Amino acid sequence: MAPTQADHEAPLTALHHLEYAYRRSLGPVLGRFFAGLRERTICGIRTRAGRVLVPPAEYDPDTGEATGEDFVDVGPGGTVTTWTWVSKPRAKQPLQHPFAYALIKLDGADTNFLHAVDALAESRMRTGMRVRPRWRSEPRGEIADIACFEPET
Amino acid sequence: MELVKSITTPVVLDYEYVTGRAQSRFLRGIAQGRILGQRCVECRRVYVPSRGACARCGVRTEEELQVSDKGTVTTFCIVRVPSENLSFKPPYVCAAVLLDGADIPFMHVLQECALEDVRMGMRVQAVWVPKEQLGPTMSSIRYFKPIAEPDAEYDSFKEHL
Repeated sequence: MAPTQADHEAPLTALHHLEYAYRRSLGPVLGRFFAGLRERTICGIRTRAGRVLVPPAEYDPDTGEATGEDFVDVGPGGTVTTWTWVSKPRAKQPLQHPFAYALIKLDGADTNFLHAVDALAESRMRTGMRVRPRWRSEPRGEIADIACFEPET
Repeated sequence: MELVKSITTPVVLDYEYVTGRAQSRFLRGIAQGRILGQRCVECRRVYVPSRGACARCGVRTEEELQVSDKGTVTTFCIVRVPSENLSFKPPYVCAAVLLDGADIPFMHVLQECALEDVRMGMRVQAVWVPKEQLGPTMSSIRYFKPIAEPDAEYDSFKEHL
């Protein structure tokens, strides 16, 4: 803490920086999802009932049973099901100019996937619009391998 | 396909901490090499550092007084887990020190002492940074060190654990 002393009676203030660089292990299911990103593919997992969960989960949220290994590639295109506009992005957000956070139903998926959509203007966003991923130039097996989604032209 | 084994998921928060009036007075005292406490008008307990009110009586603590930079180790733990941004290398001792004149202990690091010698009741004193480096920050006290005084009786601090 390095307080600054404004005047004798004013309360002291200090800039605090709190940071946890968590490293989480992924296991065989999410490990497969992130390995797919490294190859510019997006995978989900098919439950016994036939639903495709993206990102893949180890357990079927409907029944609680293990999902197994039935991985399926989805997308890369998808449809925006809902969105919100971020007019003042913060430093660690995926884009540094105004963008939308959107839930995207990737083609072939039965669940929504949260990511940023670089639409440039709020007026270009609408529910039902088609989007596709913009990949980072050198994918490394991280969610940021998808730099963002952008409107299909 | 070779699985990705782990990812880092950083959590970051930058914020401005405002100490409030009572803690500001305490820190300005530290900048002068003095440890200030506040006494509750009702229960007469001395809080160091004070938050400006007595948690027990719910009244403002307005009577200010200076306490000693000598005190008694009431409890302690030995930290063996390394952590980033720490100036002390583990293993080191983190102690609750009841300063003479205070009624609540004060957490700080104990140095110049072998781990196996630390004990409840041990007498210690603050080691300050050189005068020209004093500032309104807890790092003005570098650490506490043992002093050549007989241990305090358990009864003298058992109410302050």
